[in-house]
Amino acid sequence: MSDWEAVIGLEIHAQLATKSKIFSGSATAYGALPNTQADLVDLAYPGVLPVLNAEALRMAVKFGLAIGARIAPRSIFARKNYFYPDLPKGYQISQYERPVVGKGAISIMLDDGAAKTIGVTRAHLEEDAGKSLHEGLANASGIDLNRAGTPLLEIVSEPDMRSAKEAVAYMKKIHTLVRYLEICDGNMQEGSFRCDANVSVRPRGSAKFGTRAEIKNLNSFRFVEKAIQHEIARQIELIESGGKVVQETRLYDSDKNETRSMRSKEEANDYRYFPDPDLLPVEVDEAFIASVRAGLPELPDEKAARFMRDFGLSAYDAGVLTSSREIGDYFEAVAATLGAREAKLAANWVMGELSSALNRDNLDITGSRVPPAGLAALLARIVDETISGKIAKEVFETMWSEGQSADAIIEAQGLKQITDTRAIEGVIDEVIRANPKQLAEYRGGKDKLFGFFVGQVMKMTGGKANPAQLNELLKAKLAGGTKSSKEPV
Amino acid sequence: MLHHLSIGELAERLASRQISSVELTRHFLERVERFNPSLNALITVTADEALAGAAAADRRFAAGERGRLLGIPLIHKDIFCTDGVRTSCGSRMLDNFIAPYDATIVARLKSAGAVMLGKANMDEFAMGSSNETSYYGPARNPWDRTKVPGGSSGGSAAASAARLAPYTTGTDTGGSIRQPAALTGITGVKPTYGRVSRYGMIAFASSLDQAGVLARTAADAAAVLAVMAGFDPRDSTSVDVPVPDYPALLDAPLKGLKIGLLREFFDGLESRNAALIQDALKVYMSLGADTVEVSLPHLPMSVPTYYVVAPAECSSNLSRFDGVRYGYRCSQPRDLTDLYERSRGEGFGAEVKRRIMTGTYVLSAGYFDAYYLKAQKVRRLITDDFRAAFAKVDVVVGPATPTPAFPIGAKIDDPVTMYLNDIYTIGANLSGLPGISVPCGFIDALPVGLQLIGPHFSEAKLLSAAHHFQSATTWHTHTPAGYE
Repeated sequence: MSDWEAVIGLEIHAQLATKSKIFSGSATAYGALPNTQADLVDLAYPGVLPVLNAEALRMAVKFGLAIGARIAPRSIFARKNYFYPDLPKGYQISQYERPVVGKGAISIMLDDGAAKTIGVTRAHLEEDAGKSLHEGLANASGIDLNRAGTPLLEIVSEPDMRSAKEAVAYMKKIHTLVRYLEICDGNMQEGSFRCDANVSVRPRGSAKFGTRAEIKNLNSFRFVEKAIQHEIARQIELIESGGKVVQETRLYDSDKNETRSMRSKEEANDYRYFPDPDLLPVEVDEAFIASVRAGLPELPDEKAARFMRDFGLSAYDAGVLTSSREIGDYFEAVAATLGAREAKLAANWVMGELSSALNRDNLDITGSRVPPAGLAALLARIVDETISGKIAKEVFETMWSEGQSADAIIEAQGLKQITDTRAIEGVIDEVIRANPKQLAEYRGGKDKLFGFFVGQVMKMTGGKANPAQLNELLKAKLAGGTKSSKEPV
Repeated sequence: MLHHLSIGELAERLASRQISSVELTRHFLERVERFNPSLNALITVTADEALAGAAAADRRFAAGERGRLLGIPLIHKDIFCTDGVRTSCGSRMLDNFIAPYDATIVARLKSAGAVMLGKANMDEFAMGSSNETSYYGPARNPWDRTKVPGGSSGGSAAASAARLAPYTTGTDTGGSIRQPAALTGITGVKPTYGRVSRYGMIAFASSLDQAGVLARTAADAAAVLAVMAGFDPRDSTSVDVPVPDYPALLDAPLKGLKIGLLREFFDGLESRNAALIQDALKVYMSLGADTVEVSLPHLPMSVPTYYVVAPAECSSNLSRFDGVRYGYRCSQPRDLTDLYERSRGEGFGAEVKRRIMTGTYVLSAGYFDAYYLKAQKVRRLITDDFRAAFAKVDVVVGPATPTPAFPIGAKIDDPVTMYLNDIYTIGANLSGLPGISVPCGFIDALPVGLQLIGPHFSEAKLLSAAHHFQSATTWHTHTPAGYE
C-alpha cells in the first residue's frame, strides 16, 4: 500500500438556500407532493424563458469571497445538452467556460494537527435536474420535477487531497463554510450537499497523475470516506495484478461497500456546450462585490483564531467549537456569561456533556433543551464551588430532562456542596472508624485505598463534599492516624 | 369596404360608434371563411372567442374607453402561445398542444383590446422561406395562388395581403417577416432584437428570433408596434429602453435623411428588381434624402453564418419536444430511446430534422471551433460592418428578396437555393438590427419589396421613412385581384 499515493479531487454540489428556483419563480422547499413545485418554466413548456435569480448569484459571490477567489466580472451560462426524462428542456443550464467564482483555497486540519491548503479550482452556478421514480409504478416511470431548476453551486477542488480522510476533512470544511455563509442548509439526507470524487493512484514520488475514475453522487461523509478508500484499494489491486485503470464514471453502492462502473469515457455524452442565448452574460461590478463582502459573517477560521486568542483555547477545541456558526454562538454566549477565564470549562462542557446529550436525542444545537444561559448558570455553580463537577453532571441531566434551572435543582435536591471543614472531618472520622481493616492496609502501604475512602465519604455525603477539600482533609486524617497509631493506646 | 380601411380609420369609426367591434369582427370572420379554404392562411380559426372578445371591446367603448387597437381584429402567427387555443407552430409535434398561457405580446395586444380571429399558418417551427414546411400544407400567395407567400410568416403575410385581418403578427429569425411581406405586397417590420418580448414565442433560434408585425402600411404597423414593444422582465434578452410613440413620429421630417446603398445588395441583382429599387431611391431623393454607397464587406458571408448559428440554437431549443410532457408521442413506445426516436422522428418534418442534425453537428466536440465559434466570429464582423456603415448613414437600403414569389414546389427539394432567398434579410438578424420591407412595385404582376435597415432601436426612423415613401407612392394600396 505504501508504495502508492492516492490523488483525490472533489466536485461538491451545494444546493443554494434561495426561496425560489434559479431560473423560475417556483418554490424550492423540500418534500412537497410530486410536481407541485414546477411551473411552466420548470416544465420547459414551449415559449418559456429563464430569468436568473439574483439571490443565487449573490450567494455564489459570497462563497467566492469567503475562499479568497477572484469573482469573474463577466460569467456566462451555457447549455449542456443531453436527453433524459427528468431534464425537461433537454439541456441543463450551467456555467461552463466562464464560471462566476475563480481560483480560491481553503485550509483543512490533518490528524497530526498540521494545516493543509486545498485549492478550489472554480465554483459555478447551475440548475439541478428533476427525479425519475421507478418504485411502486407498474410498467412505468414517474417523473418529479420539483427539484428541476433548484440552484446549485458546484465547487470543484484541485486534486490536492491524498487520502480519504483528507477528502472528508475538505468536504466537512466546505460544509461548515456554506452553512456559515447561510447559502446552503447542508442537509445531506435531502441531497442539499453531495459530491462526486475523482480518484487516481500513482507510485509514491511520481509527479504524473494516474488515470482517474469519477465516483458519482456521494451524499454522506461516511460514504465519501468508504467509497474513496474502496476505490483506492481497487485501483492499486488492479494495477498490481497487471491491469489498467480506465477513465470512467463509477457508482458507489453503500450496501455492498463497492464501486461499480456506470459508463466509460467512450460512452460519455457529447454535451455540445454552447452559451445559452436566452441569458445575457452575468456582469458583476466592484460595487456589488463590495456590498456582498460587507455582508460576510465572521468565517470559521477567523472565529477559531479569535477563540484561541481571546479564550486561550487549543487549536483542536477552537476547531470543534467553530465547526458550525451555531456551536460557536452557543459557546460564546456561555463563555460571555461565565467570563473569559472560565472559557476552557465552558468549552469542555459544550464539547462534552452538551454535545453527547444532543447526540443522544438527535438534536441540533439550536434545539438544545438547555439554553446557553442555563448552562452558564450551572457552570457558575461549579466555579463558586456550590457544587462539584460530578454533581453538576447530574444537575445537567435533570436540567435536560426536566427543564428546571440549575439553582432550583440544587436547592430542591439539596445538592449544595459541603465546604464546612468540620462537617467533612466528621464524616471522615466516621468512615475511618467504620473501616479499620482498610485503614490498617492503607497504613501498611496500600495507597490505592485512598480512593476507597474518598468513595465512602462521597457516598455518605451524597457526593456533596467539596472534592479538593476532601482530598486535603482525608490525606491529613489518614496520615495523622498513622502518627497516632504509633502512640500508645 | 371595412377591410380596406387603415387601422387609424377603423379606430375612428369604432370610437365614434359608427361600427361596433362585433360587426367589424364578423366582417373579417366572413372573409376568413370565404378565402381561407383556398389560401390556407390560418391553421385555427377562433370565431367564438373572437366574437366574445369583440363584445368585450364594445363594452369598453361603451364605458368610454378608446384605444388605437381596441376592438380591431388581428391574426396571430401560430408560433405565439395563446391561452386555451391550439398553438401548433406549424408542426405535427404540437398539433395537439393547447397552450396554457399567453405569450407576452399576445397578452399586451389582448389587454389593448385587440380581437384575435385565429392562428396563422407558418413554416414548421419557423424553419422555411415558403411556408411549404408547414404540417398543415402551404399557405398560398393571394397574388397568385400557385405561388408561395414566402415564409416563415407566410400565413400571416397571405392573410394581411388578402385583407383577412387589418394586421397580423409574425416572427423574423432570418427574414421571416420581411421576405413574406415583400412577396405579398405588404409592409413588414422586424424590430431590434430585444425590442419585443420573446416570452411565449416558441423558440427557433433564440439569439435571432424577433417578433414583429405585418400590415398594409407603415402607419398601421407603427400603431401595432407601439403596443407590442417594451421591456418584459420574463425575457432576459428584452431591453429596458423606453418605447417611442411610433405613430406620433411618422411625420418627422425626412429631408436630409442619409441613405446608404449597400453595394453587396446590388451585386448580381436581377435587373428588373434593381430598377424598381432605383425608382424607389429616386422617390426618396425627391423627398430630400441623400444617397451614398456603402459597403459591408462581410455581408456575403451572412447566409453560411446564419446556417450554422440558427441550426445550432434550434438543435438545443427543440430538445424539449421529447414526447414526455406535451405534444406528439409515438404509439406504444418499447422503451425510452424508442419513445424519443419515434416521437421526434414522426413529430418533426424533414426541414426541421435537417436543421436539428446540422445544428447538432456544428456543436459537436471536434467541430465546435470550426463551425459554431467561427460563425460567431463572422457574426461579430458583420455587426461591425453595419456599425461602421451607420456612422456614415441613417439607414441602408436594398431589395428585400432576390426574386418575387416563386411557384409552390419550385425550391422545396433544394434547400440551398431556398436558403439563398434570405440573402438580403439575414444580415439584420445576425446583427440584431431593425428592418422594414415596403412594397415598391411589381414584376410580372407579383409584388416586390424595398428593404430599409437601421441602427439598433431606430424603429421610429424606419417607420417614418417608410411612411414618407408610402405617402408619395401607391404600391401599398394595390389589392390582389379577387380580394377587393
